[in-house]
Amino acid sequence: MNLTLRIWRQPGPRAPGKMVAYDAGDISPDMSFLEMLDVVNERLMQRGEVPIAFDHDCREGICGSCSLMINGVAHGPLRGTAVCQLHMRTFKDGDVIAVEPWRVRAFPVVRDLVVDRGALDRIVQAGGYITAATGAAQDANTILIPKETVDTAMDAAQCIGCGACVAACPNGSASLFAASKLTHLGLLPQGQPERYRRALRMVAQMDIEHFGGCTLYGECQEACPKQISIDTITRMNRDFLRASLTVGRGAVAESD
Amino acid sequence: MMELSSRVPDGPIERKWHKHRFEVKLVNPANKRKYTVLMVGSGLGGASAAASLSELGYNVKCFCFQDSPRRAHSIAAQGGINAAKNYRNDGDSIYRLFYDTVKGGDFRSREANVYRLAQISVQIIDQCVAQGVPFAREYGGLLANRSFGGAQVSRTFYARGQTGQQLLLGAYQQMEKEIDRGGVTMYPRTEMLDLIVIDGRARGIVTRDMVTGKVSSHVGDAVVLGTGGYGNVFYLSTNAKGSNATAIWRAYKRGAAFANPCFTQIHPTCIPVSGEYQSKLTLMSESLRNDGRVWVPKNKGDKRAPAQIPDSERDYYLERKYPSFGNLAPRDIASRAAKEVCDELRGVGESGLGVYLDFADAIKRVGEQAIRDRYGNLFEMYQRITDENPYVSPMRIFPAVHYTMGGLWVDYNLMGTIPGLHVIGEANFSDHGANRLGASALMQGLADGYFILPATIGDYLASSKLARVDPSHPECRRVEEQVAAYTRKLLDIKGTRTVDSFHRELGKLMWDYCGMARNRSGLQKALEKIPQLRAEFWRDVNVPGSDTELNQALEKAGRVADFLELGELMCRDALHREESCGGHFREEFQTEDGEALRDDEHFAYVAAWEYNGPDQAPELHKEPLEFEYVHLAQRSYK
Amino acid sequence: MSRLRLLWDSSVGKKVILALSGLIWLAYLITHVLANLLVFQGPVKINAYSAFLHGTGGALWVARLVLLAALLLHITAAIQLAARSQDARPTGYAAGRKPQVSTLASRTMRWGGALILLFLVFHILHFTVGTAHPDFVEGNPYHNVASGFHNPLVVAFYLIAMAAVGLHLYHGVWSSGRSLGMSSPSPHPLRRTVALVLALLVWLGFTIIPIAVYAGVVR
Ligand SMILES: Cc1cc2nc3c(=O)[nH]c(=O)nc-3n(C[C@H](O)[C@H](O)[C@H](O)COP(=O)(O)OP(=O)(O)OC[C@H]3O[C@@H](n4cnc5c(N)ncnc54)[C@H](O)[C@@H]3O)c2cc1C
Ligand code: HEM
Ligand code: HEM
Ligand code: SF4
Ligand code: F3S
Ligand code: FES
Repeated sequence: MNLTLRIWRQPGPRAPGKMVAYDAGDISPDMSFLEMLDVVNERLMQRGEVPIAFDHDCREGICGSCSLMINGVAHGPLRGTAVCQLHMRTFKDGDVIAVEPWRVRAFPVVRDLVVDRGALDRIVQAGGYITAATGAAQDANTILIPKETVDTAMDAAQCIGCGACVAACPNGSASLFAASKLTHLGLLPQGQPERYRRALRMVAQMDIEHFGGCTLYGECQEACPKQISIDTITRMNRDFLRASLTVGRGAVAESD
Repeated sequence: MMELSSRVPDGPIERKWHKHRFEVKLVNPANKRKYTVLMVGSGLGGASAAASLSELGYNVKCFCFQDSPRRAHSIAAQGGINAAKNYRNDGDSIYRLFYDTVKGGDFRSREANVYRLAQISVQIIDQCVAQGVPFAREYGGLLANRSFGGAQVSRTFYARGQTGQQLLLGAYQQMEKEIDRGGVTMYPRTEMLDLIVIDGRARGIVTRDMVTGKVSSHVGDAVVLGTGGYGNVFYLSTNAKGSNATAIWRAYKRGAAFANPCFTQIHPTCIPVSGEYQSKLTLMSESLRNDGRVWVPKNKGDKRAPAQIPDSERDYYLERKYPSFGNLAPRDIASRAAKEVCDELRGVGESGLGVYLDFADAIKRVGEQAIRDRYGNLFEMYQRITDENPYVSPMRIFPAVHYTMGGLWVDYNLMGTIPGLHVIGEANFSDHGANRLGASALMQGLADGYFILPATIGDYLASSKLARVDPSHPECRRVEEQVAAYTRKLLDIKGTRTVDSFHRELGKLMWDYCGMARNRSGLQKALEKIPQLRAEFWRDVNVPGSDTELNQALEKAGRVADFLELGELMCRDALHREESCGGHFREEFQTEDGEALRDDEHFAYVAAWEYNGPDQAPELHKEPLEFEYVHLAQRSYK
Repeated sequence: MSRLRLLWDSSVGKKVILALSGLIWLAYLITHVLANLLVFQGPVKINAYSAFLHGTGGALWVARLVLLAALLLHITAAIQLAARSQDARPTGYAAGRKPQVSTLASRTMRWGGALILLFLVFHILHFTVGTAHPDFVEGNPYHNVASGFHNPLVVAFYLIAMAAVGLHLYHGVWSSGRSLGMSSPSPHPLRRTVALVLALLVWLGFTIIPIAVYAGVVR
């Protein structure tokens, strides 16, 4: 199949960028979207041009590196699929495909389609863990956890940290990302001691990183390659509300 | 002359580790602050080590090439992690896990290490559960298990088909906790390009900031490499696109011995190649073999649709050849069996390079929902990639390069032949001998990182006098200059061929001559062709862009240049090892029924290669292997 | 205090304020629409009701103050949140961002809200102060309503405003449950039947009045 790509090119973090058109001739429908970009890059290099930079690593939909806005949709048209798992058979011959990086202030563009998602790591630093120093653990079966609880925790724990939720959110909110972690840890017995402190700190960090608030648009859930539910956001709001009424400001003060 | 002392403590095997932990020197808590450990890699090995060392009080600097430590390729591990918990009461024990692993490794690993691994496996699960890793559970709330290849007990813990992800996130979160506390400093998008050795000790690394291109030195008191496997030398593998050998290869060129480079694992259940453009291969977890039955048509070139082929005309070859392990035969064996039937032209799919993994019977037995619960996400992944629905028609699978048992040589303390250079995870030559059993790499990575290295690194630090060095040290400057020059050289070739075209060509050579089955003439051919290809690379590669910006072509070029050297060493090692063992199958050495034929008399050793300079043959050193507990026997899974 | 401050400072906290103040207004709207529907039962009942309200004196003012305070909080929070999302994405997507599942209602919360505010101002002048009313009679809401909807422009403005209110509630009633962390997990998180019914009823209740008056059903 033959396609026309319109791709965001930006030589560096501070340099201005623009959409540039490329033809992608005889593309196999069995290629993944990234393999299609590989082919385009190979051709660019043969013509002595600079290839298009994009983040990718596992190409199995699990590492969360790939991060492309395709025709205005994060990770492209296929539901519950990271772009590395998107295959060209979902497009038609002659399609024009616009490809852009995630766009929010918290994810500055590094080059072309590559952005810096360090803000997500910093949200995790702000309490997105259970403090369990190595060596201190008791036998794994001492605490029983109902299957349903673990399954719900796992649904949230699947987050691959790709940032598509942020990219798709009209507010540029990282709520789904933070909420999935808060839900995963907040559901498990091991996560209880730090539960409310965690909620306060992670929410505070989202604001510090200049992510937007949540209007409950629901776009994040749709864009999420792991189909994480906005129920997690409800849970985050509940924990935060409870925390702010009980724990008070102390917990946050420590963090900032 | 380099000497390889494994420094395995004496005493009965089950006491060695306890004894050793008592005997090693300790660094007193107040002094730990004064030591800096450079942790290269943030995978299961790196992240767990960085977190644990920082908890002990050391300063840790951690490096990874991805934009976040959470993206290390450990994230992709699907199936599970072994532990000798015996929660199933099915006769498992530390000794049995030890036994299975030594046997599974076809008697080419160090007994003492493997035993320690089995002992620690139990603590790992406890540790991970305490961190909130959501392992699968029974309705009663207890942890669930599944079976994996090469074992007759059910000892594998899992979190759906995303075990590696959950374990890595557990370790990553512990590390983020330490970053928050100030014990760990993280350097993402930073690639290690060389090792700094001062007064014979590893004292630092030279890195390239992948965003700005800045080359700089980081110095410390010990260097730890947890940089993963080098399966990408084959171009097509189940590894991530970025997985590379650069860190260990440059360390090798600074004097670290490289052990058993030719021991590569070919995983039997991957999605077959679909075309030239193919950029990587996708694994279908081994756990699928719990319920899937592997078969091909009985007669050659039978191109009927699987449904049209009656049971009587199907050959369930694994069940036929290995009745007691059946579809759960170990990986090397299952892969070779698949190759055999395809060589007999009984393979399926257009290419004829594939076999069926059929769930029809399992679905009849337990129902589609049960199968969906167990493997839902894997089935989806398969359908997304192949556009076929495995619930109705069998999966097509074929072996693919998956794991490298070889790696930098380490002693019992996980220290390489350069004092101060420690190597953990897949990057070391590890405890898997000539073949790794499923679900044991996650176990090893975490054992190394959480429990072994934190105990042994102190011994090195406490027992060595380390003069202060800082990045202005002349040696740092010298190595930085070499790295910068090397990069400029790559950029200045301005040839006509892309980096990938070289990588593909190398991969094909490796797969044809140093893959699932190897023979003398093939390996010799490869040993001629690889240097030619390398020469052409340095003459004709085209690396666009500059070295002062994000330049993915440049990153690739550096990695492929290293693969072009490593590939040669792998063939050399494969050629020298005139026996078949585990993943290393030399066609000249097989039993009449086509099984691997070991030569324990001449080859019961670890082959550790020492670099001798460019275009010099490397020197072979041997670490003899004794088997006091598991008696050398031909491996049989019949 | 510090706790309230913590709530107010965070984007999640602001949503809580937004929800609470919104729900106060919702409560008012429900009583208000019911009261207004009394016009269909002739002048006596509704005027009596109004008289009763105005008779309570203090209570009425308390109610008015609560509503005013809620409104101010609601508006401030809303504006600040809008500013934050502006700040979160200063430069948009060159090829645009295609909404997938977000409802029109959710996407019009801000402008719709502004319209409601505009309406409120006019509405108070129209029916409470009377300055925007051609023939305002203090204390006779029935007359005021019955004579307040002869100008098609006024009717049109009301109808548009009511549509805005309906939409605003359709999203708001649903989302406030989540902002307050009260909604229970659902296999279809985006479903919002309750909000739909409530919004429809309120919208209908309000909308039929100007129409009825204009059509001469109420005179
Ligand atoms: C698809 C797949 C499925 C698997 N499934 C299982 C399973 O079910 N069970 C099991 O036990 N094992 C499994 N394995 C094997 C196991 O996942 C790996 O062996 C293990 O995770 C390796 O961990 P690691 O920490 O050694 O390396 P990795 O996780 O690969 O981490 C390497 C780290 O080093 C960094 N790095 C590499 N080079 C450099 C450099 N030059 N400079 C700076 N940083 C660098 C990377 O950024 C990364 O952080 C699987 C492997 C694959 C590929
Ligand atoms: C067609 C729809 C509406 C009609 C016919 C209507 C009618 C009236 C009338 C008659 C009054 C005066 C009551 C009295 O003085 O006793 C009034 C007051 C008021 N209305 Fe409405 N109303 C409508 C819609 C709305 C809406 C949608 C809102 C809110 C968004 C609203 C908010 C108010 C307020 C705040 C007052 C002042 C109450 C007070 O302080 O006395 N109204 N309305
Ligand atoms: C008739 C009176 C009003 C009612 C009953 C009302 C009700 C609500 C409710 C229940 C919400 C949902 C809060 C949440 O999602 O947690 C909401 C949100 C909102 N309201 Fe109102 N509101 C009213 C008036 C206004 C006015 C006058 C404005 C603007 C000036 C406004 C602007 C908004 C905005 C922008 C939101 C969405 C904010 C966000 O989630 O980002 N509202 N409203
Ligand atoms: S919540 Fe979903 S979309 Fe957001 S980062 Fe995680 S996986 Fe990506
Ligand atoms: S799209 Fe944005 S507004 Fe909330 S529900 Fe998702 S974060
Ligand atoms: S490349 Fe890893 S998720 Fe897409």
